[in-house]
Amino acid sequence: MNWLLQPLTYEFMQRGLLASVIVGVLCAIMGTYVVLRGMAFLGDAMAHAILPGIAIAYLLNGNLMVGALVAALVIALSIGFFSRQGAIKEDTAIGILFAAALALGVALISTIQTYAVDLSHILFGNVLGVSSTDLWLTAGLGLLILLTVILLYKPFLIISFDPVLAATLRLPAELLRNLMLVLLALTVVVSLQTVGVGLAAAMLVTPAATAYLLTRRLAPMMIVSAILGALSSIIGLYVSYYLNIVSGSAIVLIATTFFLLAFLWKRLQSSS
Amino acid sequence: MTHIPHRLEIESADIGYGDKIILHDITFSVPHGARVAVVGPNGAGKSTLFKALVGLLPLQKGRILIHGLSLGHHKDCVAYVPQREEVDWRFPVTVSDVVMMGRFDYQGWFKGASKNDKQIVEKSLAQMSMADFAARSISDLSGGQQQRVFLARALAQEPHILLMDEPFTGVDAPTQEATLKLLDDLRETQVTAMISTHDLNLAASRFDFMLLLNHRLIAFGKPSEVMKQENLAKAFGPQLTILPDGTAVVDDCCPPEENV
Repeated sequence: MNWLLQPLTYEFMQRGLLASVIVGVLCAIMGTYVVLRGMAFLGDAMAHAILPGIAIAYLLNGNLMVGALVAALVIALSIGFFSRQGAIKEDTAIGILFAAALALGVALISTIQTYAVDLSHILFGNVLGVSSTDLWLTAGLGLLILLTVILLYKPFLIISFDPVLAATLRLPAELLRNLMLVLLALTVVVSLQTVGVGLAAAMLVTPAATAYLLTRRLAPMMIVSAILGALSSIIGLYVSYYLNIVSGSAIVLIATTFFLLAFLWKRLQSSS
Repeated sequence: MTHIPHRLEIESADIGYGDKIILHDITFSVPHGARVAVVGPNGAGKSTLFKALVGLLPLQKGRILIHGLSLGHHKDCVAYVPQREEVDWRFPVTVSDVVMMGRFDYQGWFKGASKNDKQIVEKSLAQMSMADFAARSISDLSGGQQQRVFLARALAQEPHILLMDEPFTGVDAPTQEATLKLLDDLRETQVTAMISTHDLNLAASRFDFMLLLNHRLIAFGKPSEVMKQENLAKAFGPQLTILPDGTAVVDDCCPPEENV
């Protein structure tokens, strides 16, 4: 038991663990919509596109999460804007915006003296550097996202499954879609600290895809996905602590292991 | 004399996507509880007409009235059964989940299903002989069963107008029968039904009205009035063959892509 409790004697480990679990659960729940609506590319793009926000916050000595938050909202709304015009396809708009934002972010970060270290923290997360301010912000945003997803469960389900029904019911589909983009952006921001921009997409997609293999309805899929996300975060953090590897990588690799196990199990089941 | 509004009136409507008008100057009106077959070649704009009726496509010109009021006033009024290819059948929902979606307007955004909602879902599934499948995942169903689930959802919506896009294409005989029986049941409850189909003879024998469409309204009226060779020739052109016994057959073995 001691090996489980020993890391928790450090306060930064307690904070890190709490933040990881919140992020794991949030990503996993938003991830169900990412997987079902085919938004994986968007999630990945969103994660990279917030880099300039973080860089500017860093240069101004501000809070990195606040910088990320602003960038994420700008990106979410501008993707909506560019693709609504219909001049270019949505995935093209995403591709252009995300590459440009990433380039801007890297350019800004390269002006920082110690940028190699900082960049790796931003790209792959620095869960042990979570401050108590960060933790409160994470918990607050997390609660907001979770409440919205629960409250809007039915309209989100309908616009995702059957846009035509949504139209006949006169649901404000455009508004709901934009709200979903904003929630996705917030989730990505929250996940920065634990898995970083490079791996946020994995936490959005992998637990949800695993849950998709194991369940047959949306609500159970969300719950299973959340449990897998939390477990991956906890196990990943311990692995990171004892093997001394980057926490984000450890968390994502554990989530991937769950996916492979579920995939194999499903295969064996259907062949027998 | 007071004017009793028809269930559905369309007045000189132009319908299309942006600059591209697919249906020109459509005018017709459908009385209470009528069953209308919408017939025309592939790409004639049948799906486009339906999409305009549910408000998915804006009108470029003209207007659509339901009970004398324009679209949007009766949000619970129109139910639409889409073509099966338009639905993601691997989405994690059960049969009863799908039918329950039809009750959304009665529940509102935040409330759960009431006892009444559950009863209506059960009844609708039973009416389409799908009660045994309520807890099944929609990905487990055959094509005909999938269609019956969507018909059950349309019933659960308790609509005044029901639109079905090609419900007879590629389904098994029991589903075709169930769909036709549903049409008869709907007539008793005064629900107006519009169904698009390729099958001219089915349209002529089982419907009160026929609407012949090919980018324009070619004919609208009782099947006996519409099923004239000149009308059919105008709608289908060389695709049409009249057999010696007078049966009209449309050759669509290799139909072009519906340009919608």
